[in-house]
Amino acid sequence: MNYNVDEKGYYGEFGGAFIPEMLYPNVENLRQQYLKIMAEPSFKKEFDQLLKDYVGRPSPLYFAKRLSEKYNTKVYLKREDLNHTGAHKVNNTIGQILMAKRLGKTRIIAETGAGQHGVATATVCALMGMECIVYMGEIDIARQAPNVARMKMLGAKVRPALSGSRTLKDATNEAIRDWINNPVDTHYIIGSAIGPHPYPDMVTRFQSVISEEIKWQLKEKEGRENPDYVVACIGGGSNAAGTFYHFLHEKEVGIIAVEAAGLGVDSGESAATSVLGKMGIIHGCKTLLMQTADGQITEPYSISAGLDYPGVGPMHAHLYKTGRAEFIAVTDDEAMQAGMVLSKLEGIIPAIESSHAFAILETRKFRPEEIVVFNLSGRGDKDLDTYIKYFKL
Amino acid sequence: MNRIHQKLQEGKKILSLYFTAGYPTLNDTVKIIQDLEKNGVDMIEIGLPFSDPLADGPTIQASSTQALKNGMTTSLLFQQLKDIRKSVSIPLILMGYFNPVLQYGVEEFCKKCQEIGIDGLILPDLPLDVYQENYEAIFKKYGLVNIFLITPQTSDDRIRQIDAASDGFIYMVSSASVTGSQDGFGNNQEAYFERISDMRLKNPQIVGFGISNSETFQQATKHAKGAIIGSAFIKFLTQKGVDKVGEFVKGIQK
Repeated sequence: MNYNVDEKGYYGEFGGAFIPEMLYPNVENLRQQYLKIMAEPSFKKEFDQLLKDYVGRPSPLYFAKRLSEKYNTKVYLKREDLNHTGAHKVNNTIGQILMAKRLGKTRIIAETGAGQHGVATATVCALMGMECIVYMGEIDIARQAPNVARMKMLGAKVRPALSGSRTLKDATNEAIRDWINNPVDTHYIIGSAIGPHPYPDMVTRFQSVISEEIKWQLKEKEGRENPDYVVACIGGGSNAAGTFYHFLHEKEVGIIAVEAAGLGVDSGESAATSVLGKMGIIHGCKTLLMQTADGQITEPYSISAGLDYPGVGPMHAHLYKTGRAEFIAVTDDEAMQAGMVLSKLEGIIPAIESSHAFAILETRKFRPEEIVVFNLSGRGDKDLDTYIKYFKL
Repeated sequence: MNRIHQKLQEGKKILSLYFTAGYPTLNDTVKIIQDLEKNGVDMIEIGLPFSDPLADGPTIQASSTQALKNGMTTSLLFQQLKDIRKSVSIPLILMGYFNPVLQYGVEEFCKKCQEIGIDGLILPDLPLDVYQENYEAIFKKYGLVNIFLITPQTSDDRIRQIDAASDGFIYMVSSASVTGSQDGFGNNQEAYFERISDMRLKNPQIVGFGISNSETFQQATKHAKGAIIGSAFIKFLTQKGVDKVGEFVKGIQK
């Protein structure tokens, strides 16, 4: 079984490029160029250098001793929270800004939900001296004020998405509309492993540095490259894609994707796409997505703005459909409690997105000798308000 | 030969109007279609509303959102249109995004269109290659003309490819934009209109996006076979209601 993208842009039955003709020249150009550009020695050199000196890679693979004791298994944390800008998102924005430069683009647009991808995009635009416009749902602007301020300090313009649910899905629509209106000078930096081909594959490749590092780091610590499990939270799925990538074809490695159940999978307030979704088309790709019987895309819900997306990347839809990955849905409450456990036991306050991944330790039992690597995709600074309200701190 | 082909053979410039089904109120669909024909419109695009219309500007987005709130669905639209051919004879095209069609079932959708007397489909996010590989045979089986878009950025090679795959007309997007986002045409559009005209394509072109009044209609149809008005008509419906449709059409034809 192949879990990578095929030459037509599909992962099994998922993927493709379902885009209006207005986007075709840009997406097609990107499709023809991206692998060539990524293979250029000068690109690789610049990318690796920036990841090392600017982002602070490699991010540590940390053996979480107290967490391991509590759950009676060997827990490792991949510390993407220690990256510059506080999450894995910057791996992709560094890659894409270098791509945009080589494509001759001068203006960058992006969508953002929680603001992490917006900040990571604004950051690399400041670094490269490029114009940056970030679309963000009006509701997210209100609930993620510190990240909005960060983007502004970094020189980006933050434009509110006023349509629909005024969250990530609508910010993505607005970014796509901007790209239609500005086809010549603009590159769209998509933040997740979603969108028309080649975006899911390109984003996954830029994020795959996560699993590449896990392999040699684990070899150093445990004498073997492959853990028994890799675990990551999943909204659109970029941190999960990067965490899984180099293990996709390693049969002995179990892959676990943790979705946001919100108030509960059957509560009507959820973002558990694998359970609630059906094959459909969102933002240019065929994938599992939450929709009405009539094909209208429905509004997801999660306490975590980064998981609040009605679809899932096409690679993940394929991993789900083929049974290669185990999908587990975690509620708001379970995630918040897990965030508290990690803070208390390891002195690490995780992003609520990442807290979802740790929450499975309560219910999904692992054997004492098993090595379980969790991707700690981001730090909790941005979520302090939510933690304060939830725990009445 | 369906009604679109017949219409294209007439010697006149085609005025085509787009509106969103179920807007302003749920049951306006049939009345708007009838009134447009009575007032001399040549062809109609009936918009199937979608929650995430990513090629549309604020006006059509808002009409889609409202239509969905009003309760519009694919099945309901088919229900509303079931007797439309008893009173209307101009070409009718359904325009929308691919996901609702996919969920309805592409073959079932096409079959229903044929039963009702729909002549063509415009699905901007159904790409050429996917159409040819998976759906062309189905569309043809049910006598539906599939309309493709081209834009000023579309390469000549791609335009030739689209022309070869088309059997009706080509929807020529006037500029790099979403719907409803500009007024008037400048030199760039003029040059683009001429360039396409000089390519001598086998399919006639009908211009859409950016046409809002008599002047822009004249400009757009100087080289092209016709023009489509969408956002401007929806704005008119929003402001003046469904009883004055004739007034809008007269304003374009003057």
